[in-house]
Amino acid sequence: MSRLQLRGLTKAFGTLTVVDGIDLALEQGEFISLLGPSGCGKTTTLRMIAGFIEPNAGSIELDGERISSPGSVLPPERRRMSMIFQSYAIWPNMTVAENVGFGLKLRKLPAAEVKRRVREILDVVQMGHLAGRYPAELSGGQQQRVALARAIVVKPAVLLLDEPLSNLDANLREEMRFEIRRLHDEFRITTVYVTHDQAEAMATSDRIAVMNAGRIEQVDAPHMLYTRPRTRFVAGFVGRTNLLDAQLRGDEIGLAGFALRGEGVAGIAEARQGPVLLSVRPQSVRLHRAPPGTADGRLVLPGGIAGRVYLGEAWDYQVRVAEGEQQLRVAAPPSQVHEVGAPVWLGFDPEQMALVE
Amino acid sequence: MPDTTIALREPGPAARRTTWFGRLRHVEPVTLLWAVLIAALLFLVAFPLLKLLAVSFETQGSGAFTLANYGTAYGRARYVEALLNSLTLGLITATIAVVLAVPMAWAVSRTDMPGKGFTWAVVLAAFVMPPYLGAVGWILLAGPNSGFLNLAWRWATGAEDPLFDVYSFAGLALVIALHSFPLVFIFVKSALDLVSSEMEDAANILGAGTWTAMRKVSLPLVWPSILGGFILVFLETIALFGTPAIIGIPARINVVTTQLWQFFEYPVRVEVAAAYAMPLLLITVGLIAAQRLVLSRKGFVSQTGKGGERRPIRLGPWRWLLFGWCAGVGLFAVALPLLVLIQASFAKAWGRGLTLDNLTLRDYRLLLFEHEMALTSVWNTIWFSGVAATLAVGLALLIAYIVARKLVPFGEALGFLAMAPFVIPGIVMAIGFYAAYAPPPLALYGTATLIILAFTARFLPIAYANSTAAMRAVHPEMEEAARILGSGRLHAIRHVTAPLVKKALLGGWLIVFIVASRELSAAVFLVGPRTRTMSVLLYDLSEAGNFEVLAAFGGILLVITMVFVGIGMKLVGRDFMLRRT
Repeated sequence: MSRLQLRGLTKAFGTLTVVDGIDLALEQGEFISLLGPSGCGKTTTLRMIAGFIEPNAGSIELDGERISSPGSVLPPERRRMSMIFQSYAIWPNMTVAENVGFGLKLRKLPAAEVKRRVREILDVVQMGHLAGRYPAELSGGQQQRVALARAIVVKPAVLLLDEPLSNLDANLREEMRFEIRRLHDEFRITTVYVTHDQAEAMATSDRIAVMNAGRIEQVDAPHMLYTRPRTRFVAGFVGRTNLLDAQLRGDEIGLAGFALRGEGVAGIAEARQGPVLLSVRPQSVRLHRAPPGTADGRLVLPGGIAGRVYLGEAWDYQVRVAEGEQQLRVAAPPSQVHEVGAPVWLGFDPEQMALVE
Repeated sequence: MPDTTIALREPGPAARRTTWFGRLRHVEPVTLLWAVLIAALLFLVAFPLLKLLAVSFETQGSGAFTLANYGTAYGRARYVEALLNSLTLGLITATIAVVLAVPMAWAVSRTDMPGKGFTWAVVLAAFVMPPYLGAVGWILLAGPNSGFLNLAWRWATGAEDPLFDVYSFAGLALVIALHSFPLVFIFVKSALDLVSSEMEDAANILGAGTWTAMRKVSLPLVWPSILGGFILVFLETIALFGTPAIIGIPARINVVTTQLWQFFEYPVRVEVAAAYAMPLLLITVGLIAAQRLVLSRKGFVSQTGKGGERRPIRLGPWRWLLFGWCAGVGLFAVALPLLVLIQASFAKAWGRGLTLDNLTLRDYRLLLFEHEMALTSVWNTIWFSGVAATLAVGLALLIAYIVARKLVPFGEALGFLAMAPFVIPGIVMAIGFYAAYAPPPLALYGTATLIILAFTARFLPIAYANSTAAMRAVHPEMEEAARILGSGRLHAIRHVTAPLVKKALLGGWLIVFIVASRELSAAVFLVGPRTRTMSVLLYDLSEAGNFEVLAAFGGILLVITMVFVGIGMKLVGRDFMLRRT
């Protein structure tokens, strides 16, 4: 039995359907991210799980028990969940220890027990020395740690995080990603994490549910999303890619002016014959100054550099394929310098290509 | 570990089954509260207004429909003239107030003028001083025969005529303006505070000097605020009762409010008064709407709040000129009227001036120990204002919470009703309350209940604006964080929201208390013999013409006000009364 199950979950505000029939199941101890652009319905979904919003259709079950359905919503305070908010929502009128102890006191634990657990969890998030401080005296990252401690200390059935890192600066955000994952590895709390930042989702999650326009496009492990995207949206949203119009004939993928062998390309088995969309990651194309000696049966095409941008960690080349009109963006290591206008040979690696809907 | 070692109550059956009973249980108590609040607002705001309108079309006694009241109200030249007088007075007063306040606001907000704290104090003092006290002070200063300023003028120049007669149209306008200019100051200063120095820098770099930049850039940017303040002073003036009654009646200047008062002299003609009050109401509603329109115009930086760097403009020697202006306003608005009032309150005969043999505590002793109404009125004022402030803030907080959290559909209707009294002049509201609740079945005339209800309704918008701001400052996630950790809505409000809005609410309570404690124009229509407030008693004393007793009572009123303003400044912050709402 899944710990948390969403079935056909739908929410409309007026005529605008924000969440449109979402199905998702979380196993005990699983960490799932809802990843998508702003307005895709991910936060609404999370707030429905928390019980702050009533669905228009569908249901939510916790350990097989229905906790949300139209007309009947178990209030948030009775869901055994906890949540970390975008604004942290650390209560400024209470000290760090009082903030963290709030949920424990509500559970009528003896004072000594509350004190012990608060101390333990604050040590876990490295905030033990600041227990007596008020939130106004803390930095953003420290407030974030307090929010984490406050949510984890009650040992919730499900932990919900609503874009918790969006108010932090870049360095701190990276550090807190690992912190969140570390805490999950330690406590194995079933977690739903909402974010629009794919790096955050990839660093923390067991699986990622990519959302677009109120629907889930694909649920997969991070590396599968990247290498085997199933939809045009996922291919474009997770990492950069070249999306090329193509024709599938047999197991050959025809592009403008050339063709690829379909062997090894993701999604080829399920794709229909005829017009298809091919996602080619910039990393899946190698650039060579001269025709490579051994191509291992891979497709090699002549082309020319049309433009380039140096990004420090890599070169971002715009390459024109000699035959036809096709232009590709290709990533190359910083040491591989090609001048604009120089001829190159493109070696295609089917590993990071996918046919998408 | 993931297995919940700490159990919360298990989900109840209602959560699982969607029976009709389950649905009934999901009617949050807040819906009931909404109904109660609507009823309270209808009682406090809508019914008195509707009754006012209805009564204006009724024949006295029989209640039959008639237009005769309007005929009576506007059938005599004297009555029409009063309306024109009010409008003229409003325009002149508002103009003087703008002239007084704009240089002060610019100086405090944008320049390196010295004595900014002092200027603040002047504005606050002028704002806090009840207007009718200022009027009494000015009678002592500029009465045509024995006013101190005129005496000094005659002594210095040997002239026969007085320098300035307070019993005149100009005198009336000046006295009101000297009390109401803080409204313009607050508006303009808060707008100027949002103008980035870069705006002026941009003008400077193109060749404009300080003076040109101020005239062509800074002031035009805040002109909607100047107009907004102008409109507010205009409305305040035409709705004012105390000063026109104290200065205007002896000067034979009749305005709308004093004319309304005459309709209430025996025999009371409330129907005619209601009809006569309609233009006042319509003008106020129209101008407030116009003011909102002007202030919400896009394209003015004053609306964006994006600051950028702000540096005070260096004025050089000019800054002393500006300081002189501020000090002069302070002298005439606060210092001189207060001084003569204090002098008079301790004098055997105020005209003899400040000499040792003229000093006495006679009048304070009379008021504190012998006068039959003085102490009663002090007590009345404190408890009426206290109860009204508590009711207004309580009601406003509930409404603000429901509206801010969107707990019920059409919550905005509540907010609209709560803000509606803002566009109703106090004197009009008083007539509405009189018409609605003075006669049977409630028969509340002269009772404390009626005055408290009228005060509550009248100052509800202040409390509501305050509560809304307080609620807006508390992120809804603060409360949600408590709920997801297992606390119910009420528990979350008590332990999280309430502590966070406590201070702001205290400020709101004190503001309502202070303005209610000096309220005259509504109270004067509603009090009975045993429910006189200090302001009404002060007005009665002014009619009797004994200035020494009057001044002593004014002193007592002022001390009480100062105590509460002091408490507010201590607990809530220095400028808690002067924030633009």
